[in-house]
Amino acid sequence: MPDGAMPVLEVRGLKTVFHTRGGSVHAVNDVSFHLMPGELLGVVGESGSGKSVTMMSLIGLLPSPPADVQSGQVLLGGQDLLKATPEELRKVRGARIGFVFQDPMTSLNPVFTVGSQIMAPLRKHMGLSKAQAEARAVELLELVGIPDARRRLKSYPHQFSGGMRQRVMIAIALACDPEVLIADEPTTALDVTIQAQILELVKELRQKLGMAIVWITHDLGVVAEIADRVMVMYGGQVVEQAPVKELFRNPRHPYTRALLKTIPKLGGQRGERLQVIEGQPPILGFPPTACPFRARCAHAFARCEAENPARRPVDGLPLSQGHDVACHWSPEGAEDPSQEAAHA
Amino acid sequence: MLTFTIRRLLLAIPTLLFISLVIFLLLELAPGDPMSQVPLTVPPEVKQKMREALGADQPMFFRYMLWLKQFFIIEPLHILGAITGIDLAGDAQRIISWQSRSPVADIIAQRIPQTLTVIGAAYVIGVLIALPIGIYSAYRQYSWFDQLGTFISMIGFSVPTFFTGVLLIVIFSVNLGWFPSIYDTTLKVTDWASFLKQVKQMVLPVSVLALYNAAQISRYMRSSMLDNLGQDYVRTARSVGMTERVVVLRDVLRNSMIPVVTVIALGIPTIFGGAIITEQVFKVNGLGQLLISAIHANDLPMVQTLTFIFAILIVLFNLIADVLYGILDPRIRYD
Repeated sequence: MPDGAMPVLEVRGLKTVFHTRGGSVHAVNDVSFHLMPGELLGVVGESGSGKSVTMMSLIGLLPSPPADVQSGQVLLGGQDLLKATPEELRKVRGARIGFVFQDPMTSLNPVFTVGSQIMAPLRKHMGLSKAQAEARAVELLELVGIPDARRRLKSYPHQFSGGMRQRVMIAIALACDPEVLIADEPTTALDVTIQAQILELVKELRQKLGMAIVWITHDLGVVAEIADRVMVMYGGQVVEQAPVKELFRNPRHPYTRALLKTIPKLGGQRGERLQVIEGQPPILGFPPTACPFRARCAHAFARCEAENPARRPVDGLPLSQGHDVACHWSPEGAEDPSQEAAHA
Repeated sequence: MLTFTIRRLLLAIPTLLFISLVIFLLLELAPGDPMSQVPLTVPPEVKQKMREALGADQPMFFRYMLWLKQFFIIEPLHILGAITGIDLAGDAQRIISWQSRSPVADIIAQRIPQTLTVIGAAYVIGVLIALPIGIYSAYRQYSWFDQLGTFISMIGFSVPTFFTGVLLIVIFSVNLGWFPSIYDTTLKVTDWASFLKQVKQMVLPVSVLALYNAAQISRYMRSSMLDNLGQDYVRTARSVGMTERVVVLRDVLRNSMIPVVTVIALGIPTIFGGAIITEQVFKVNGLGQLLISAIHANDLPMVQTLTFIFAILIVLFNLIADVLYGILDPRIRYD
């Protein structure tokens, strides 16, 4: 990462709580990260780890109530989105931050043509006339690789296949040239060949358009393929964060290590059992005071129960610049003695 | 869509013929005698003569075929004749009411205006009230507005119209004296004063029926909106910066209207069927009241014709609902 460059998006200490009838759920706990221009940040974690909720909190997409974004800062080019009025937020959504969702089968409105759904943000944010918006919509459909774009504008979503619909979703998200694209498991609902096509498309679009991307997934294979940097989330917290190569070479957090072990190997023994992480991710009724992973962690010890680990740098670089991890345990054997001394 | 409509219209013909036969047989097999209201002092031979004069002594099959011919050929010719002023039907035998000895079609034509103004107005008002209530209740689910709406529609649903009707009469006619309790069908609207009078006498029956209709439709609207508000495309619309107004009134409403429009269309035939009980309570001599009195008097041609007209309307509005469905929902294409 070049020194002195300004991040396009910076999140500090984000906390989101859901107030439900069954009590509060602390879904996002003190999450901080940043996104550099043109960078692709992979966000990994299993279902319920707070990945999507974090991203939806950024631009107020969670229904409130029950969701309550309690504290933190979300800086987009210097503007704090958590302090923005609903009107200001609407000007950011779709214009400066584009969103692609998981299920392309249900994410498009079934009763409007694809063209009108692409043109809506164009007309709203860029003030284009109908003819201009139509021309731009054709351009966008061609950009995401939909053949015969002009005619397809008049098609309805059900006339497209899943992969094509996801391309349309990407076209909608990119319509107004956003600075940030947030893709929430965009390939999870697609089959593998289509998944590969969408990944190729995103790589290509990134080169052409140069926007920064947050790519949420639970598929480490996808992350290895496209991400520059990876953030691993668990229990609504960032547990490890590192450049992609570093993370795969030198995983520090027991959760990350376990996740990497669960990837089945092509050359593995027949009849060998697939690796799993036993147990369930926690549902946090209270702000965490202990490590959220301790119940499933092979290396947990007394301190994990007593204190929720803070993120600490692994390689000496400042936090979130290089490799950092939120864990009391070190793979080098026992605890880091210097840390122990600091706490004594 | 056009071929679908034509195919459905053609299919409706055997359906309706079968319905007419079922109605005819049901009425035929039901006990009762058109002469039962003739005084006992009239000798049996005379009664037999009267029966013959009405054609009631003919074989069942013959009378059914005659009724079919009268209904599908002679009566339409009469209506055409009345519109164009040319005598098309000549002096062919029309469907005659056994009760009043005058053509059934003429009596129905006299009764339709009352039914349409009162019941039709109630239906339109009911729908117009129900839609906004349903939309807003769903958007603010579990708010006090929603709770109140749920409570009122529960009342509208569960309290029978003969109770609400009488209750309103007691409050507004007897105690307050604001509105008349009886609907005067002889009133002609000629000027402002008579128009006001007409409005005043419509208020009570229309309110009773509108409450009932609105209760039903607002529930449909609410649940349909709730279904759609939770859909993923709503999140997409918000994520591209659409205002709540556009999201709710364009994206969600358009989808939610699909089932509701069907329900509304299917409810329209019931307007013509008349609200039998409400018409009795407020003495509106509409079609519902006509049907009831014809059943009491064993007036088979009248009952047969009225019931069959209702059947035609139901089949027709089913078709209209299906066509509307295809227009509103692009996923449904019939061709």
